[in-house]
Amino acid sequence: MSTTMPIPRLIHLDDYISVLGEPEVAELRALAARLHGRTVQMVNSTAVGGGVAEILNRLVPILQELGLAIRWDVIRGGSDFFEITKAFHNALHGGSYDMPPESFDVFLGYNEQNLGRLQMEGEFTVIHDPQPVALIKARADRWGHWIWRCHIDLSRPNPTVWKFLEPWVDRYDGTIFSSPEFSRQLSIPQYLFYPCIDPLAEKNRELEPEFVRAVLERFQIDPGRPILTQISRFDRLKDPVGVVRAYRLVKRYFDCQLVLAGGGASDDPEGEAVLAEVREVAQGDTDIHILNLPPWSATEINALQRGSTIVIQKSLREGFGLTVTEALWKRKPVVASAVGGIPAQVIHKHTGMLAHSVEGAAYQIRFLLSNPAIATKLAEQGHEHVREHFLITSNAKRYLTLFLHLAGSF
Amino acid sequence: MKSAESHFQFVTASYLTRIGDQKATTLAELGEGLKDSSDASVFYHTFQTLGRHHFLTEGFSNDFAQWVLASCNRAELAEQLASLDIRDYLSLAELRTDLHRIVTEYCATYPAYAGQVAFEPFYFCDAIEVAVPLGVEARTLEEFRRGLERLSHAAFHYHFVASRLRLHLRTNDFSLWLETSLGLSALAQRVNRIDIYTNTLESARVKLAALVDEEAAR
Repeated sequence: MSTTMPIPRLIHLDDYISVLGEPEVAELRALAARLHGRTVQMVNSTAVGGGVAEILNRLVPILQELGLAIRWDVIRGGSDFFEITKAFHNALHGGSYDMPPESFDVFLGYNEQNLGRLQMEGEFTVIHDPQPVALIKARADRWGHWIWRCHIDLSRPNPTVWKFLEPWVDRYDGTIFSSPEFSRQLSIPQYLFYPCIDPLAEKNRELEPEFVRAVLERFQIDPGRPILTQISRFDRLKDPVGVVRAYRLVKRYFDCQLVLAGGGASDDPEGEAVLAEVREVAQGDTDIHILNLPPWSATEINALQRGSTIVIQKSLREGFGLTVTEALWKRKPVVASAVGGIPAQVIHKHTGMLAHSVEGAAYQIRFLLSNPAIATKLAEQGHEHVREHFLITSNAKRYLTLFLHLAGSF
Repeated sequence: MKSAESHFQFVTASYLTRIGDQKATTLAELGEGLKDSSDASVFYHTFQTLGRHHFLTEGFSNDFAQWVLASCNRAELAEQLASLDIRDYLSLAELRTDLHRIVTEYCATYPAYAGQVAFEPFYFCDAIEVAVPLGVEARTLEEFRRGLERLSHAAFHYHFVASRLRLHLRTNDFSLWLETSLGLSALAQRVNRIDIYTNTLESARVKLAALVDEEAAR
C-alpha cells in the first residue's frame, strides 16, 4: 500500500559550499550534531511530480547526510482517494466541494489502510498536506513529535472540508505554513517555513552565456534588445493579458521584446483558452514570443530567465511564487504583483519592485530600464535574499531548528 | 601573545519563526498590536529582521518601518520608525514602548490615515532562538581572529547584534571579551563602533577582522 522511498543521493552537502560558503555549511553540521541518529519520518502522497516531492527529493538526502536517521514514506490510494484529495485541494483554496458525504469515510479508510502498513516510528514525524493528515491516529499509543506541514493556502477554505480536517490538524504538536497569509487561527503553534529552490537543480544551476544565447536564438529572441519575461502557466490568475498590456505601455519608450513562457496548456482546457486569448491579443507583434513549453523544459526556462533583462510576475493571485525566487536567484531585476508570497521575496525598492496594476507594472519596468545601475543593485540584493532564506539548505536549517526546539536539545 | 583566562566560545543561533494570532491592516491596528506584542515578537521584527536583511544597507531598518512605507505609503512615519537604533536599547520592553508611542502619536496627529487599509496586512510573528556552540574557541587574539573566519552570518549576528539583549550592556560579545579577558579596551571600543545599519554582516565581519589584524600588528 505505502512505499518507503529509496533516498536519492546525487548531490552532497559539500557541493553547496560553492553557493553558501564553508561557514554556513559548518553551521548546518553544528545544528545537526545534537540530533545525530535521531529518527525522522516524512510522509506525503507522491514520489515524483509537484513541488512537495521535488523538495523532499533534495531535503531528505541532506538531512540524512547530516546524521539524522530519516525515512520518507509515500502513501498509496486508489483513483477514488486521489479524486477526493484533489477535490479537497480545490476546496481548501476556496472552491466548492461537490463530492458526496461518504467521501470523508473513503478518505479515512485509505488513511487507515496506510496506517496498517506504515511503520510510524519517528521521533519527529512530518506529515505533508491533507492527504495523509489522519495518520496522526497512530499517535494514540506512540511517542514523539508530530508536525503537519501544509503547503497550500488555507486562508479561505471551504467550510465543509475544513470542518472535517480541523479536528485532525488540532491533534498535531504544530503546523508549518509557507506564508503567514496562508495560515489559520489554530490552537497549536504555527511555524513559518518558506518554500525553497535548489540552486544546483537543472532549473537553477549556472549556465554558460553561449548556451543562454543559443536558447534565445532558437526561440528567435533578439539578445541585443531588452527582454521582458514572465514564466508561468497559461492561467488567468497569472494575468498574461495584463502583461501584454504593460509591455505595450513600455514599448512606447523602449524597443523591447516580451517573452511569455510556460506550460500546462496542452492538458488543461482552460489553459488552452487562455493561450488562445493571449495569442489573439499579441497578434501582429513579432516582438511578443509566446512559448508553450513541455514539462521537461527546465534548462530552457533557466536559460530564458538568465537571458532576460527584467522578469515580471504580474499575478492576480499567487501561491508563494517560486518563479520569482528563481529569477531573483539568477540576479534578475523583478517587477511583480504584491500578492501571495511575493512581498516576502520582493521587498519593494530593495530586492525588486512591487506593482498593483498594469500601469504600475509598466512604470516600474520603465524605471528599471532607464536606471540599469539601480536594477543591477536590486538584482544583487534579491540574489542575497534568496541565498539567505529561500534555498533548500535554509529549509534544512529550519527543520533542524524545529527538531531541536521540540526536543529541547539545545 | 597574551592568553585569556576565560576563553571565547563561538556560538551560532538559528531562529524558528512562529506565526502569531495578530495582524494589522491599518496603522491604528499596528499601534494596538504593538501594545500587546510579546518580547519575542518585537525581537523578531527588529533585531532579528536586521540580521535577516543584513544585505540591505540603504534604508532597511525594521519590519514595522518597511510595512508602513511599502504597504501604507506613509513615508514620514516610516522614517520615524526606521530611525530607532536598536543599539540604544537594552530591553525589548523599552523598544516596544517607543515603537508604540511613535505609531499612536502619528495616528492621533493624522486620524484620517489611521484607519486607511494597507495594501498588504502586517502579520505579527515571533522568533524562537536555538543557540548551539560551533565547537570553536579562542584564548588568544590569534585564535579569535581564526575563529572569525569560521563564523556564519547567523553566528556573527548572535555575538555582535543580539548579544546586547543578553548582556544588558551597550556592547557586544566580542568587545566584552576583548576588554575583560584580553584587556584590549581601545580595540573593544573600535569594534563596538562598527555600524550594523550601513554594513552587511559580512562587511562588518571583515572590518572586525581588519581591526584585530591592526591590533596584532602593533
